[in-house]
Amino acid sequence: MKTQNNRGWFFVLPVLLLVAFNALIPIMTVVNYSVQETFGNNVFFWQGLDWFQQLLNSDRFHAALGRQFLFTGLILVIEIPLGIIIALSMPRQGVWVPVCLVLMALPMLIPWNVVGAMWNIFTLPDIGLLGYLMNHTLGINYDMTQNPLAAWVTIITMDVWHWTSLVVLLSYAGLVSIPDAYYQAAKIDGASNWSVFRYIQLPKMKTVLTIAILLRFMDSFNIYTEPFVLTGGGPGNSTTLLSIDLVKIALGQFDLGPAAAMSLIYFAITLLVSWLFYTLMTKDDAK
Amino acid sequence: MLTWMAWTWPTAFVFIGIFSAMAVLTVLEIRHPGGDERRGILGLTTTRGDRLFISLLGSVYIFLAWLGLMGEPLWIPLGLAIAWGVFCFWKV
Repeated sequence: MKTQNNRGWFFVLPVLLLVAFNALIPIMTVVNYSVQETFGNNVFFWQGLDWFQQLLNSDRFHAALGRQFLFTGLILVIEIPLGIIIALSMPRQGVWVPVCLVLMALPMLIPWNVVGAMWNIFTLPDIGLLGYLMNHTLGINYDMTQNPLAAWVTIITMDVWHWTSLVVLLSYAGLVSIPDAYYQAAKIDGASNWSVFRYIQLPKMKTVLTIAILLRFMDSFNIYTEPFVLTGGGPGNSTTLLSIDLVKIALGQFDLGPAAAMSLIYFAITLLVSWLFYTLMTKDDAK
Repeated sequence: MLTWMAWTWPTAFVFIGIFSAMAVLTVLEIRHPGGDERRGILGLTTTRGDRLFISLLGSVYIFLAWLGLMGEPLWIPLGLAIAWGVFCFWKV
């Protein structure tokens, strides 16, 4: 049998401690809260699985979950193809490469709450550039504080503006790593642009795209700050995504038990979708 | 010190169970290194750890689905979850 050197584990120890304190212990606490009722002062009453049962049959939760899947689905359907198209049209060499890269990276450098505030002002009907243009110049009734459709269009556009760059940069990294020999071979064979994309570029981008889709799924599924600052979940409840609803329950109503149960279901969904997606995308690599 | 974590015995047992399972896997891994990697009937290449993860995640959904659709008591989903775990370690 091969002698194994397990000294490497000591180097993992600091990370393990860090994860224990910022993830493991909090999540254990959430599990404990999810089966109890509290009114503060560290006094708890056993509640069993009531919160879970209540939540699983609650229309409010179903609606928020539906909105969350709609939001995540829409931004993935828009951002992934758009990111690939932009990455394909970016120059591979020359002075414009750094210019493009910096321009692409700029939106991602802006803090999330600032993005929300920027878009909020940008879309105000009376003074915002976009809001004024739509309402007063083009005559389109556009007010995201009144109209749910306008609110949805705004949060989707904002997320596309903020995060498509991530897909672009990852795809671009995948594209530039393709050796010239592949393109030369394709040229000799007389391959069309579509064939080059389908059989050379797309397979070579698969790994980075897996990461991009996973990151975009998790980030958009857990999104809170931007829609909260932009619409506050309104008008009505039309843009109340899962995280916004969760914070309303936990901090607004101080219902820590139901909020803990909701967090765990939320976590289970994120975990399952991420696992399924990762497993399906990497399934062929293991062969 | 642990009052803020609001421990209860049932939730403590859940975590003791999960950590014991991980400890057992660690011992198995030391005895038989390599994770017993194989290609199961779902077409996935899994190690012992993967199979534990799939069993636990699947059990969570079995219980949640039963609780949401049928309500308590949860003896039947407990049986289903155990069967699912056995299936995972046996075939997946």
